[in-house]
Amino acid sequence: MKEAVGKVERVEHSKNIKKGIKNRVGEFLIENLIFVLGITSVLIIALIFMFLLRTGLRVFLDVSPKEFFLGKYWFPVSKNPQYGILPIVAGSLMVTLGAILISVPIGVGSAIFISEVAPPKTKTALKVIIEFLSAIPSVVLGFLGIVVLSNWVRISFSLTSGFTVLTGSILVSLMAMPTIISISDDAIRSLPEEYKEASLALGATKWETIRYVLIPAASSGIIAAVMLGIGRAIGETMTVMMVTGNAAQIPNSFLVSGRTMTATIAAEMGDTVRGGTHYHALFAVGIVLLSMTTVINLIADFVLSRAKREAR
Amino acid sequence: MVNQNKKNIEQKLAFSILGLAMLLVIIPTVLIIGFIIYKGIGAISIEFITAMPRRGMTQGGIFPAIVGTLYLVSGTLAVALPLGIGSAIYLTEYAKKGKVLKIVRLAILNLAGVPSVVYGLFGLGLFVLFLQFGQSIIAGALTLACLILPVIITASEEALKSVPQSYREASLALGATKWQTVRSVVLPHAMPGILTGAILGIGRAAGETAPILLTVVAFFLPRLPKSVLDQVMALPYHLYIISTQIPNMPEEIKYGTALVLLGIVSIFFIIATVIRIKFKISKKA
Repeated sequence: MKEAVGKVERVEHSKNIKKGIKNRVGEFLIENLIFVLGITSVLIIALIFMFLLRTGLRVFLDVSPKEFFLGKYWFPVSKNPQYGILPIVAGSLMVTLGAILISVPIGVGSAIFISEVAPPKTKTALKVIIEFLSAIPSVVLGFLGIVVLSNWVRISFSLTSGFTVLTGSILVSLMAMPTIISISDDAIRSLPEEYKEASLALGATKWETIRYVLIPAASSGIIAAVMLGIGRAIGETMTVMMVTGNAAQIPNSFLVSGRTMTATIAAEMGDTVRGGTHYHALFAVGIVLLSMTTVINLIADFVLSRAKREAR
Repeated sequence: MVNQNKKNIEQKLAFSILGLAMLLVIIPTVLIIGFIIYKGIGAISIEFITAMPRRGMTQGGIFPAIVGTLYLVSGTLAVALPLGIGSAIYLTEYAKKGKVLKIVRLAILNLAGVPSVVYGLFGLGLFVLFLQFGQSIIAGALTLACLILPVIITASEEALKSVPQSYREASLALGATKWQTVRSVVLPHAMPGILTGAILGIGRAAGETAPILLTVVAFFLPRLPKSVLDQVMALPYHLYIISTQIPNMPEEIKYGTALVLLGIVSIFFIIATVIRIKFKISKKA
């Protein structure tokens, strides 16, 4: 009897050891698998940079950096091709500037309305609608830009064509809006409740509290929101390709047509010879674009993390 | 008292201006959706959804574009979901806090801000040309997967972080291993949040045009793909083509295509919203 119990115990024990080993091997495998998955995203970013650089930098074998960065003419398919990116950089900046001028006041105003003025139920509904705005595919907005907005712009400003920088800016502002609103709203709501209570207790009205306490305190979050909005606006492709008229000229007003960097890549990539100068030049435009959005994102991240530290 | 009145008027004025700003966002959104539905609903029929396009796309349906979009979306999902959730588990549960983790986080954050057309260039360079997949479903799906990876990772991380630490401690104290804890305690609790993020990511992939423009889509292809190395038509690109490149395109086909695309994206959005409301997940992405 005693022996039998001992035997059972021994069997149990060796089973446990086996189970332990199996667990440990499993753990080891899983941990490494997950580690590999974890570093994949970093690899992807490294690969993106590598592929862009590898292909894009070859443009400088044929075009001098001075001509590329400071050239005023982008005529890649003319007999005497010219690869100056100033007009398309200017086009991108102009569309973005217009979009930001529209979306910042409206977006920040809406964020304050949502976080401080609207009753709770309205708040939820408004947020769902705004999120849905960000879900509308950009090609659908571009389509509406062609059939509706461009006519409106043409008639309102008595132009010959409604495909202008302004048309692009209006639509892109709609796309930057959800980013600006939701991040500003987060920034305002994450402020300590005491700020508001102290101000109200001192007899300030709700509006005075918002204006003199909450907005200044949330300002770094709001700035980060605007930066991320700018990033979205610069990177937007389809809509601007469809409605800005695509003339590679340095725009001197919002009412002329222009061409952005993103639209240049998307529109011209299909027709180029793989491995030719034009092909390399488009990748180089990609590098410029990626560098701009990276800098903007890093600044936004810096401002945001500082804001978080301040809030604590 | 007079002063108080003045303040009240000022507050009313300020709140009205803020409300006006809000309306300037809400009204266009509602108008856009309403307009597309109003103009597009007449085009929707069984034939429109299930037939091949005819006569240079000016007649018939958009079936191959719908199928192409669904193929791309499922391919994207198959790649991005395990990769994204795996990354998130690694980052929240396993990675040691320090410089490396900071760099990885920054890389992911940056990945989220990369313009979609740059993903297109990357996909063209890596998948289409370097790996020689050619313009194909697999090249497009991989490109889209890279694009939505940061969305899925960020959402999954938020979800995993919101599982209380005490759950993990209790499970480990009962003798469960780390992976057992993650698999049977942490993941089930984080699942609604992860799903929400994933579905929103897929919705985004379904509507993207620029990346697939360079890596997969065909202008006109009135048949279905036979393998993952085939080209396909896709709804967003189809809408782009018929609204910019083809003269005399019947209006209703354009609005109909826009409505179907908006419909597919909305379905994903609505599912994600329902899950979020049901599980009361806060949105942070």
